[in-house]
Formats: sequence, C-alpha cells, structure tokens
Amino acid sequence: MDRAKVLIIDDEEELVTTLLERMQMRGLPAEGVLNGKDGLHRLAEGGFDVVVLDLMIPGFSGQQVLQTIREKFPAVRVLLITGHGADPESEAHLQPGAGDILLKPFRIETMIEKIADLRKNRSLPDSEADQGKLT
Amino acid sequence: MGLLDYLLPPRQGDDAGFGSSDLARYRRIWQSTVILTLVVALLPLCIMTGLNYYLFRKNLRSEIRYDISRDLTNTAGSLEFIIQERLGALTLLIHENSRQNLVSPGRLNEAFDNLRLAFGGFVDLGVVDTDGKQSHYVGPYNLQGDNYADQDWFREVTVRGVFVSDVFLGHRQFPHFVIAVKRDQGSEGFYILRATVDMALLNRQVALPDPGPLDDVFVVNHDGILQTTSRSHGELLQPAMVTVPPFSPRPQVIDHSTERGAGHVLGYAYIENTPFILMIMKAPFDVGREWLRSRAELIAFLVLSALGISGVVLWSAGALVRQIMAADAQKARVMHNAEYTNKMATIGRLAASVAHEINNPLAIINEKAGLLGDIASAETTMPHRERITAGVESILKSVERCSAVTHRLLGFTKRMETRQEKIALTEVVDEVLGFLGKEADHRNVTIFRDYAQDLSPITCDRGQLQQILLNIINNAFSAVSDGGRIEINVRRNKPGEQAVGIRDDGPGIAAKNLPHIFEPFFSTKGQFGTGLGLSITYGLVQKLGGRIEVESALGAGACFTVFLPEQGRREEA
Repeated sequence: MDRAKVLIIDDEEELVTTLLERMQMRGLPAEGVLNGKDGLHRLAEGGFDVVVLDLMIPGFSGQQVLQTIREKFPAVRVLLITGHGADPESEAHLQPGAGDILLKPFRIETMIEKIADLRKNRSLPDSEADQGKLT
Repeated sequence: MGLLDYLLPPRQGDDAGFGSSDLARYRRIWQSTVILTLVVALLPLCIMTGLNYYLFRKNLRSEIRYDISRDLTNTAGSLEFIIQERLGALTLLIHENSRQNLVSPGRLNEAFDNLRLAFGGFVDLGVVDTDGKQSHYVGPYNLQGDNYADQDWFREVTVRGVFVSDVFLGHRQFPHFVIAVKRDQGSEGFYILRATVDMALLNRQVALPDPGPLDDVFVVNHDGILQTTSRSHGELLQPAMVTVPPFSPRPQVIDHSTERGAGHVLGYAYIENTPFILMIMKAPFDVGREWLRSRAELIAFLVLSALGISGVVLWSAGALVRQIMAADAQKARVMHNAEYTNKMATIGRLAASVAHEINNPLAIINEKAGLLGDIASAETTMPHRERITAGVESILKSVERCSAVTHRLLGFTKRMETRQEKIALTEVVDEVLGFLGKEADHRNVTIFRDYAQDLSPITCDRGQLQQILLNIINNAFSAVSDGGRIEINVRRNKPGEQAVGIRDDGPGIAAKNLPHIFEPFFSTKGQFGTGLGLSITYGLVQKLGGRIEVESALGAGACFTVFLPEQGRREEA
C-alpha cells in the first residue's frame, strides 16, 4: 500500500480516461468520475487517499466538493487542477484546504510527483481517515 | 501668450485636442458672454451720458435764449431811443418855431448846428412845404427846391405826422435814412421838417457785448433788406439771408435753422414807429468754448469708460471660456482614461475566458499525445516508433507554448496579491540592468543612467516592479540597433510620485499604433512577439497603483515612463 489510490474528478471525459490509462500504465491505481456528486459517492465507499479535483465542474462546483471533502474526509488529500490560473502559488492560497494545485495543461510526471508528495506529507494517521470515511 | 491674447477669443492651439466644432462652440460662448456683458455694462453708461448731454444742451440753450433776450431788449431800447430822441428834437424844433421864424435867414443853419451839437448823426435838414417842395435846406448837398410830392414818405408823413424811412443811398451816395415830422397850420396848410440821419448811427448801436464766432446782429426792414452791416447774413441794402419773422409787439426768441447752421437761436424785435427789425442770431453749439470743452470731456469720459469696461469684459470672458475649456479638456482626459481602463478590463476578461476555454482542450491534447508517447515507448517493436516519439514530443512542446500564452493572458487580469515593501527605485533599475548587462556589452548598446539624488524609498512590490522594468527595458533593447543608446532616468515627478523614464533611440512608434500598444495581442514584431508584454506591463503598473505613459514618433525613438506612488497602492474601499 505504498502507492496512493487516486480519484480523478473532472467533467472532461477524454481527459479523465486518458489520465487513468496513463496512470495504469505507470502502475498507479486510480479511478475517475465526471461530476462532484459521483465523486463524493465514490469517496464515501472508501479506499482513496488522494483526489485530483477540477475546480470548474458542472453541478457541484469544485469549491463545494473541496469543502465537503475537508469536512467529511479530512484524511483525503486534494490536488486541484484548473484551466483558469496563472500563478500556482496564489491559486493554492486562494483555495484553503487544497493540498496543491496544477494548471492545465500539465505533464503527467508533474502530477504523479505532486500526488506522491501529498501522500508523503500526510499528517493524519490512517485510523482517523478511516473514521472520517465512516461518518 | 501675449497680453492681446487675453482679450481675444480662444483660438486653435490654446488647448490641444479640440476640434474646430468645439472651438466654434467656445467662440460662440465667448461672443455671447462678451456681447451680453458689454450691453449690460455699456448701455446704462451710454444712456446716462446721452441724458447728461441732452440736459446740458438744453440748459445751455436756455441760457443763450436768456442772453439773446437781454441783448435784444437792451439794443432795441437803444435803437428806439436814438430814433425817438431825434424825432423828438425835430418835433420840438418844429413846434418851438413858426415857419416864418424857421426859414428866417440864419435860423435853419443855427438849428441844424444845434441839432448836430446836441444829438449827432444829422447829415442835413430841410423844410418841405404843403406842395412837396423843399423850400429851405441846410446840408452838404444842393437839394433846395427838390420836390417830394410824389414820394411815398411825403404821403405817409402827411397822413401820420411822423416818419422814419428805410436806409437808402439816394442822391447822397452813402447809406442814410430820413426822419420827418409835420406841423399843421390850419388854413395855411402844413409844413414838414425833414432830416437825414447817417446809417453809422444805427451801426454803432447794433453790436453785441461778447460775440461768439458765429454770432450776428443786424437790422432789416420789413422787406428783409439789410439796414446795417452784418457779419454773415449779407451785404448792406441787399436782402438778408434770413426770412422776415412775423410781427410781434414784444421781442421774441425763436429756434431758427438756416442752411448753414442748424440750431441757431434767433431773437428779433420790431422797433416801434420805424421800418426796422432788430435781429440777434447766436449759434449755441459753436459759441460756447465751455460747451465744447464740456462735450470733449463727456466724450473722453465715455470713451475711456467704454474702453476700460470692454477690456475687463474681454479679459474676464476670455478667462471664463479658457477655464471652461480647461475643465472640458480635463473631463475628456478623465473620460478617456476611464474608457481606456474599462476597455482594457473588458479585453482582459475576454482574453481570460478564451484562455480558460483553450486550456481544457490543451490538457486533452497533452494527455492524448502523452498516451501515444507512453504506448510508443512501451512497444519497442512498433514500426516508425522513433518518428512517433519525435512527433509526440513536438506536440507536447507546442502545447507548452500554447499554455505559456494562455497563462500569461490569465495573468494579465488576475488579481495577484502584492507584497508591499520599502524599496529604492534606482536599486531595482540597477538589478534589472544587471540581467541585461551581457546583452548590452555584446551589442555595444550604451546605457545612460540619470538618477535624481536623495530619492526616498517607495512602497512597492519588488517582483512585479522588476517584471515591469524588465519588460520595458527589454523592449528598448529590441528597438535599438547595435551600438544604440538607452537612457534611463529616475526622478520625483511630483510630491508623492516617482517616475522611471526609459528612452531609446530606436525607430519609434507610428502615431496610429500609439493608442493600441497596451492592448493584448497588439504587436508590431510579427511572429516574434505575442503582443502580451506591454499589456501585462500595463496591468502590473495599474495593480501597483501607478500609470504608464509613452511618447514616441516615427524615427524619434520612444520614451516609456512609469509613474509610481511613493506610498504604494491605495486600497479602494
């Protein structure tokens, strides 16, 4: 279990499927959903420790999903991806609760590195994360 | 601007940036202000002056009428007196002496000498009998025996008993007039004492005490023939150039206009028992030296006041219109700035949304190409594997280039947090020049620095200021040719504001391009520029609470000036 299980939430199906395929090729377990609601359902089923979340998704907005994750699944780390940004530092600053941020388009290697970093810096023990999942 | 310009309507060039229709509007405002104010100011002045003139004239006229009336009374009195006196003398003589006594030898001579001694003016004296024959005569001519029976004067004296004739030349060939008195002797009929009086006697009486240049005084008979000399109304014994006024028992003063001078005042008096009419003529407006002086003073006062008032009116109208012009120009500048800022913000938002829409498909392209690359590197036996890998790499690079553009575009409008710190402008300029030092050496570009002394540090974001200056100085480097020159000056523009000016001696910017150079995607560098550099610079400067200005002309280089507030950006509520 030293590899994170990743959930990708983005409304661009092509992007999600391609990312999943490429992560699988690199031996990274990942799943993808196309909206925030499905994403939260999947999270509730458990087994994810990092979420890759697009800020601009229809229905539940990225911010709402982010907030819900923070409240219900505090152990889950979030990597935001956005097509609307110029300065990664300030974007991250603007989104409290996000672990990190990536501007679209990005290299998959960068994303994998950031996911690894997030997982490494997890401060909360697994037990608490599990509790969070149960609530 | 000369002194005269303050009195003239605004002209082209008083304030740049006004069209001819604007200028025409300002000139209309100026004109109506001037006309209205002048009318309001000058009309009462003119009315007062006119009234003053009228009253003065009326006053002067009545004064002259009074003068004439007085002179008329005096002179007519004297004339009447000297004629009555002589008639009285003849009457006394004729009643003191019987005819026999009068015609006795030596008596008439004696009486004539006494008359001359006592009264003067007598030329001759004769006794005329009932048959009209002058039986006795004393005088310088030989008129004894002349018969006057068929003459008008003889008939008249017969009827009225006393007679004064017109002035005439007669036998004697010098102007004189006749006076005669009659004495009835009952059954013996009557006889007449007839004397001739020199006209000079009248002339002496007919004179004014202090005549003006156009004044005149003379005597005419009832037919208008001049009986005395006249200054300007004709020759003696010729018709006078004046109509005979209607009879009046008392002296009259009337306004009289002749062809030669309007506004004369005429006084006349019929002398009782004589055919004489005394006339005094005065021209009030020529006479009065006092009047002339007063009128000159009045006119000078009017002209000077009008000039003074006009000057003040012109000056204040000019000042008013120029103030309106300045206010309008200021308003136009503010409106223009607001419009420009608004336009930039709109373009920025548009650009940001376009960039955002492009970033998503770019991400898909990126991943698809990445996937292809992954597959190619996994399948070692794949045909054309090398070419596919190279193609994928090229696609990824292109995507990176695209994303660089979209990210910069998004950065153009993004509200980034600024870190405010105290920094010295010159220090930042030196840092930026440090980055470019190598290029300057390499291309032999001279950099001239002109820093004002004792500039206090300003509150600003170092990173963003660096980016701004780097952008502009980089542009300057692109503009100058090898061996060119770049001048950088740092100064305090006004209290609370410092400025960095970057001037290059490059080709300059065409006037038609100048208004657009801060707009995104506007580039004259062709395929070498994104057209974003200056628009981002513009946005950054605004974020720092400053402004950027450019001056340039084709062939004259360009000067970009960044103005920055010393106290940093003021946070708007």
